[in-house]
Amino acid sequence: MPTLTIDDKVITVPTGATVLQAIRQAGARLQTLCYLEGLPPYGACRLCMVELTAPVSQVIAACAYPAAEGLVVDTRGPRATAVRNLMLEFLLARCPDAEAIRSLANEAGVASTRFTTDGRPDELCVLCGLCVRVCRDAVGAAAIGFTGRGAGRAVTAPFHVQAEACIGCGACAAVCPTGAVRIEDAGGQRVLHTWNTTVPLKRCPSCGQPYAPEPMAFLRELIATGGPAWGVCPACRRKEAAAQLKMARDTGRG
Amino acid sequence: MRIQTLSDLNTLRAEGESSLYPARMKITVGTATCGRAAGAETVYEALRQRLELRGLDAALARTGCIGACHQEPLVDVRLPGGGRVLYAQMTRPRARALVDALARGGLPRDEPWAVIDAEEALADDRMVHFTRPEALAGATAYQDLPFYSRQRKIVLRNCGFIDPASLEEYVARGGYQGLARALARTPQEVVDEVTRAGLRGRGGGGFPTGRKWQAARDAAGTPKYVICNGDEGDPGAYMDRTVLESDPHSVIEGLLIGAYAVGAHEGYAYVRDEYPLAVERLAGAIAQAEERGLLGEDILGSGFGFALKIVRGAGAFVCGEETAMIASIEGGLGEPRPKPPYPATAGLWGKPTLINNVKTWATAPVILARGADWYAGLGAPGNTGTVVFSLVGQVARTGLVEVPLGMRLGDLLREVGGGTGTGKAIKAVQTGGPSGGCLPAQLFDLPIRYEDLKAAGSMMGSGGMVVLDENACMVDVARYFLDFTAAESCGKCTACREGTRHLLEILTRITHDEGMPEDLALLEEVSLGVQAGSLCGLGQTAPNPVLSTLRYFRDEYEAHVREHRCPAGVCPIKVEGH
Repeated sequence: MPTLTIDDKVITVPTGATVLQAIRQAGARLQTLCYLEGLPPYGACRLCMVELTAPVSQVIAACAYPAAEGLVVDTRGPRATAVRNLMLEFLLARCPDAEAIRSLANEAGVASTRFTTDGRPDELCVLCGLCVRVCRDAVGAAAIGFTGRGAGRAVTAPFHVQAEACIGCGACAAVCPTGAVRIEDAGGQRVLHTWNTTVPLKRCPSCGQPYAPEPMAFLRELIATGGPAWGVCPACRRKEAAAQLKMARDTGRG
Repeated sequence: MRIQTLSDLNTLRAEGESSLYPARMKITVGTATCGRAAGAETVYEALRQRLELRGLDAALARTGCIGACHQEPLVDVRLPGGGRVLYAQMTRPRARALVDALARGGLPRDEPWAVIDAEEALADDRMVHFTRPEALAGATAYQDLPFYSRQRKIVLRNCGFIDPASLEEYVARGGYQGLARALARTPQEVVDEVTRAGLRGRGGGGFPTGRKWQAARDAAGTPKYVICNGDEGDPGAYMDRTVLESDPHSVIEGLLIGAYAVGAHEGYAYVRDEYPLAVERLAGAIAQAEERGLLGEDILGSGFGFALKIVRGAGAFVCGEETAMIASIEGGLGEPRPKPPYPATAGLWGKPTLINNVKTWATAPVILARGADWYAGLGAPGNTGTVVFSLVGQVARTGLVEVPLGMRLGDLLREVGGGTGTGKAIKAVQTGGPSGGCLPAQLFDLPIRYEDLKAAGSMMGSGGMVVLDENACMVDVARYFLDFTAAESCGKCTACREGTRHLLEILTRITHDEGMPEDLALLEEVSLGVQAGSLCGLGQTAPNPVLSTLRYFRDEYEAHVREHRCPAGVCPIKVEGH
């Protein structure tokens, strides 16, 4: 249980915590893009840069730095603030249309960017890697990944075609901070536009409505508390549950 | 025959000596990549055919790079009992004439470049002296050549002196004696020896090697691994390639010693795939070492076992960064991860891992063979030993040089390198590749030490040294290096991916006469942000070429953005337009 200082506040955090977790525990506000509780730290967006003033003077990424005994952290130091603001300017130039970035920049007092946008003004992806990591580390599908390097880096399905490993769960879109992952359900299919991938939806045997990606059917076997109602869509499941409840009540009264 | 004892090693040594110094005439061709690029293989073939045609009883052999790449292809002739007589810039017609002259019982009419009167078997602390033929009394001795007279070859001790494909010749010059001594001591004693020697990481960072070994030795967790970083990729740098091509066993022996010291039984040599000859020669050396029992189980009867595999890089510069290299070996994307944890505690497959550069590994055997005190006596306090540079660019004597640390930068460039050789003055030298900086002529009194170079805004780096004369535009030089790092950035972190792109863009507009006076302050601001904000060493050091040229050659930047003029006349600026 290391004890450390965050902006003059002394706190004790659980063993294994990161500096970012300590900062949040101390109640200080620090922006992040590539961090998600539950996934291993990645250290890519560089928005959580803070100053370490002891034991060494260093600008560090809070999300990936172990909260060790005796650290003294300054989240508002000028060096780290300059780096964070520069990153926001970089991201504004990269994704001028991204509402989430504009709002983060606004909050930090970065009004505009001095840098040019490279060819794709409609770019929304900030390359935080959350989609790739949630798909690989949490879902276990690893359907998408990085291609290219430097400014040419992008997240794609392998070879830009239908991702065979995609189960259509939509976790990628759910974790994306900027809305860069476009998914829609249409015509009995889930279309993951960003990944050039289409996944068929299972139709509810009861009402005929498409309701869940077919590759996710394996979940039924994983969930021990299944029953006949698990084979239908959530709406029909609710109806059926309500009917069963009514029947039980009626029977009880009789 | 399997080598199990020191006396087995001595049997091998005798075999090596008879092939190094045979009782018959011997002709040797330098066939590292530098020699090959200059036509060494065609010269070798011409020699082979002519020897056959003349029926001359002579051994024809290959060796690695002796460092003087500006004189390649280098061919030498050794008469029985004599030293090697080196002939420079050999051509096929001259090679044939050389054989013809030897067949007539004389020496070639060619002026020799140098004569080697004595060879130093460094690991043995032994000199082998030869008798110089009467007819060559006036020829320059190898050690008197200005290129070599101030060099001290430790890492390069065998390069250009042995056949890289011959384990026997390596052993004949004291090879595997360091390993034998290491195995006779406790692992901790081996670490202590390296610590006391004061060796620092020759990949460029200069971290004390002994401390790195100690950390890997002390780290909890098994198995442990050792890795050789051979992913050299700085423009103009080819030190590691040359060592792997010219003396692969020195690296294997170093890895064996390090593995024994930290308790590892498996190791990987990560070599970039653009170095096919290095891969081929290292693979050949590994196979020999396995066959002789110097790799495998129970090495030299010690009970210690070690296996070594080669992993070839796939063309990403960032894989020279240790965490990216580990990811690449594991089969993942070659991208860095945040440190800590450091590889010494959580490296390959999450296990304690010791990573050193090719040259660091190649130094370890000599430290063990000759002792820490001997090594610590070389170079300067805190900067012991020697450093290898590839001297390239506008320099008269390009090549691979090894000098004691602490030598003045100007002495290296002028005395060893011979200046520009064109009458023009040296304007600057770029050390440390894309991670380093440009140092101007007024700093040439600077001693070559890790801290001095860093304080001056550059770094030791892995050893690339690009010499620039007055024809170079320093803004364009900075643009060149940013073009490199922007293309080699893996793109994982915002600071490096976006920052190098913007730095490149600003530099490009300055060199295309579209710059603005306020660009200079912007360059500085972005550079400092990328330095402080990047995830790994690539991004953290990528702005150095910009910052160092801004620091020392600001007037050139000013001329571009204020007067719309490129002082060196390099940048495409239309003077008429203004």
